Amino acid sequence: MTETELLMWVRGPLLQAALSIFLLGVVVRLLEVALLGRKPDYAEARGSAVGGGIRTLITRFFPDPGTWQRSTFTVVAGYLFHIGFFIALFLFAPHILIFRDALGIRWPALPTPMVDAATLVTLITLLALLLHQLYDKVRRFLSRFQDYLVWLLTMLPLLTGYLAFHRIGLPPTTLIIMHILSVELLLVVFPFTHLMHAFTLFMARYYNGAIAGYRGVNS
Amino acid sequence: MSAALELGINAFKEQIDGPVVAFFSSCVRCGLCSQACLFYTETGDPERTPIHKLEPMRRVWQQEYTFWGRLGKALGLSRPVSDAELAEWEPLVYDSCTLCGRCSMVCPVGNDIAYMLRKMREGMAAAGHAPEGLVGATKRAVTLGSPMGVKLPALQTQIRHVEQDLGFKIPVDVAGADYMLLLSSMEIMNFPEFIRAVARIFKHAGVSWTIASEAFEATNSGVQIGVSDIAAELVERIVAAAARLKVKYVISPECGHAYMAIRWEGPNLIGRPYDFKVLHIMELLDQLREAGRLRTTGREVRSLTYHDPCQVARRGGVVQQPRNLLKMIANDFVEMPETGTMNWCCGAGGGVSSNERADGLRLQVFKRKKQQLEAIRPDALVTACSNCRIYLEEGLDEYGMELPVLSLTETLAEHLVDKG
Repeated sequence: MTETELLMWVRGPLLQAALSIFLLGVVVRLLEVALLGRKPDYAEARGSAVGGGIRTLITRFFPDPGTWQRSTFTVVAGYLFHIGFFIALFLFAPHILIFRDALGIRWPALPTPMVDAATLVTLITLLALLLHQLYDKVRRFLSRFQDYLVWLLTMLPLLTGYLAFHRIGLPPTTLIIMHILSVELLLVVFPFTHLMHAFTLFMARYYNGAIAGYRGVNS
Repeated sequence: MSAALELGINAFKEQIDGPVVAFFSSCVRCGLCSQACLFYTETGDPERTPIHKLEPMRRVWQQEYTFWGRLGKALGLSRPVSDAELAEWEPLVYDSCTLCGRCSMVCPVGNDIAYMLRKMREGMAAAGHAPEGLVGATKRAVTLGSPMGVKLPALQTQIRHVEQDLGFKIPVDVAGADYMLLLSSMEIMNFPEFIRAVARIFKHAGVSWTIASEAFEATNSGVQIGVSDIAAELVERIVAAAARLKVKYVISPECGHAYMAIRWEGPNLIGRPYDFKVLHIMELLDQLREAGRLRTTGREVRSLTYHDPCQVARRGGVVQQPRNLLKMIANDFVEMPETGTMNWCCGAGGGVSSNERADGLRLQVFKRKKQQLEAIRPDALVTACSNCRIYLEEGLDEYGMELPVLSLTETLAEHLVDKG
């Protein structure tokens, strides 16, 4: 198999397989939550569960002043990493073309130098987050194998993408193959790890807000 | 697997619902909840990070409800939750958590950690890993009617004293009254002034009320320890008394967990809605204020601050009412930093105060409250929970701070215009 054939296979059938596992896995995980559901609440409501749920969905994007003050690094690095990751994934022109081909919709891209800078910032932030995970006593204590694995699998697509774009180290085709493979790895592992939070956090926030909102509390 | 452990694991499984799965699935172990918990901030012990307190229940979820977990279990690769592990977690689940719910307010993915901790206690208690102090309190609640062992004659004695003092009768077992007042044992034994204050305010405002001799205890140890059957039985006693006396409302006294138990958990414990409404005393007093039925005179010149009991405010939704009432009588009302639904717990809720083993830890974590108070240095601290009140007093005493701790109801009663 030539390198070009390998590339075609990696971005063709292999990507299809990875996407299938990802989609099926995510749907199953979301159904697990939805099917279990909640028992009815017989206490008389003071406020709206639905209103509270929707409220908390939004308000949890913004940390309370105490958390902001006491955990500044985690909050800032968390935001930087997530925003950078989304920029690299969704606002890079070549990625938008892939989404257009797959979904039939397109959206404007950010200028490539900006995506490039954002990717670099994200990689540095990820490194800082790893050091924090290793040296902060709470995070080190809470972290298990899965947490380090997820860090690695999240970092690899960014790193290989950055290297491929700048043609550093290896031939471009090899780097592109590695980039796509790293994405596929992330997709396959996604439904079975806490990467799932990207979807379930909306359910978690909704439930949190609904439980509080029912009692007239803004959580 | 021992029979008790099996009961515990089954209780965990029963407790796992949609929200719990959404919460466990979402945790990325960022550790932000540690900074929201006074048991972590005042000890610096990472084991006391709120989400970690749930680890055994999380493992049950992981092994029973996830693909990898079930696969691992089928292949015999997973380590099942053991009795030793639950024993190890007991001090984290009971001594190091007041169910205050502050962690639930800060989790960035939205996990309601206190909701899960409350559920986890069901499994812990079923497996026989609840603290002795709470087991004792729960037994007394079932057999004697009060966690502190306060029986009807003790209440009657206190009522007689109050009646002699006031010169009018305290209504007991009056059928057809509008409101049925519950009391906590703490109030009956340590703060009978509360009964006196409520009686004066209700007379002043013309409230038709009664105490039920068969169901006067407001607290519910079954909720704190995590035994729903017992908790339900204690609720049923109140429901039966309310039906017998045909009251329209049941009033929770100045007690946070009592309010949580009767207002929010009660109907779900017994599996049906009530025929009456439940109000916290702060809600009723604020309604009376709004209706112009409370007339006060004179104002407090000393600076007052208000400690929000967790189960009344953050978990219960009664935040504004006590402030409205305080503003009637206070010239100088100051808020602590991080107040209302973000207030810091006194450290004694959720059964911690019934658990002697946790006494030292409770005083250690009180430093959080101390810092909060030192930021504003008020002349007096007002609250609406007698459990908070007694342990605030103890904590202040421990750290040599001279600060009177007042009941809002009692303070309000001192300012009533006597109709003569």
